[in-house]
Amino acid sequence: MTARPEPVFSEPWHAQVFALTVHLNEAGHFDWPEWAVAFGATLKKDGLSRELDGGDDYFAAWLETLEAFLGDKGLAGATELQEKKAAWEAAFLRTPHGAPVRL
Amino acid sequence: MGSALDKDQGAGNDVPMPHDHRDHPHDRLPSDPALRVRALETVLTQKGLIDPAALDEIIDTYENRIGPRNGARVVARAWRDPDFCAALLDDATAVVSGMGYYGRQGEHMVAVQNTDETHNMVVCTLCSCYPWPLLGIPPTWYKSDAYRARAVREPRKVLADFGVTLPEGTAVRVWDSTAEVRYLVVPQRPEGTDGMSEEQLMALVTRDSMIGTGLAVSP
Repeated sequence: MTARPEPVFSEPWHAQVFALTVHLNEAGHFDWPEWAVAFGATLKKDGLSRELDGGDDYFAAWLETLEAFLGDKGLAGATELQEKKAAWEAAFLRTPHGAPVRL
Repeated sequence: MGSALDKDQGAGNDVPMPHDHRDHPHDRLPSDPALRVRALETVLTQKGLIDPAALDEIIDTYENRIGPRNGARVVARAWRDPDFCAALLDDATAVVSGMGYYGRQGEHMVAVQNTDETHNMVVCTLCSCYPWPLLGIPPTWYKSDAYRARAVREPRKVLADFGVTLPEGTAVRVWDSTAEVRYLVVPQRPEGTDGMSEEQLMALVTRDSMIGTGLAVSP
């Protein structure tokens, strides 16, 4: 009982991708059973090549599922996501240390 | 890695260095998945599909406000109040909703009670379905392939790994969660707890005891 509990999310992006999914669900863009089926399929596929430890690989599967899911639903396409990711990467690289990173 | 190099750079920063990402001043560039999540958030926000403030609210809720204490309160109350316990076993969704613990994903809650005859244990073989409103976000092991595969195949061995040995006559029943139905195990009340308050009892109810991979703590 005295052992310190592990943090709920070990990386900030784990929390972010979780919250994004819950928020989209609560906003009515998809229902949860539909999400669970898609996520379960990704876990099964990823688990064929290696044993998933339930940590980083779990949230990697979550992210992969969400990206594909949003593409299928026409909410966010792969190309625009790649472009936005590249824009963020460039923003991080050009921003001096300590300054807020903006697109 | 390269700590001496970092110190040199910190002093001057105008010294031309080979472009080595490990020691580059921009090594704070977020990881690939972190950048992908950021891209998702930006695209969805710009389309008006999400509200960034709502994301912070969700994270705060799951990091700070929802956790196993919710489930422990339900269990402690069930131990103290037979009518409450009967209602919980009959319709857990209604009972825990009445306590303010309701599934925002629309799932039903089912409470299963441990007895001398039956020990209950919960898994999600599909993904990681879990009674969030009562227990918060599942621990890493609950999401691992090892637990998800072995809980059904060899539950007694899994229990042994958790340090739980049951009497031979006790049957183990494994419940497979789904997106629609989530389970809460009501562990057996330890001996020597008569007259304890709800708060005192809550301290004995561990997260694992409500998943069925542990027992309630004896005082």
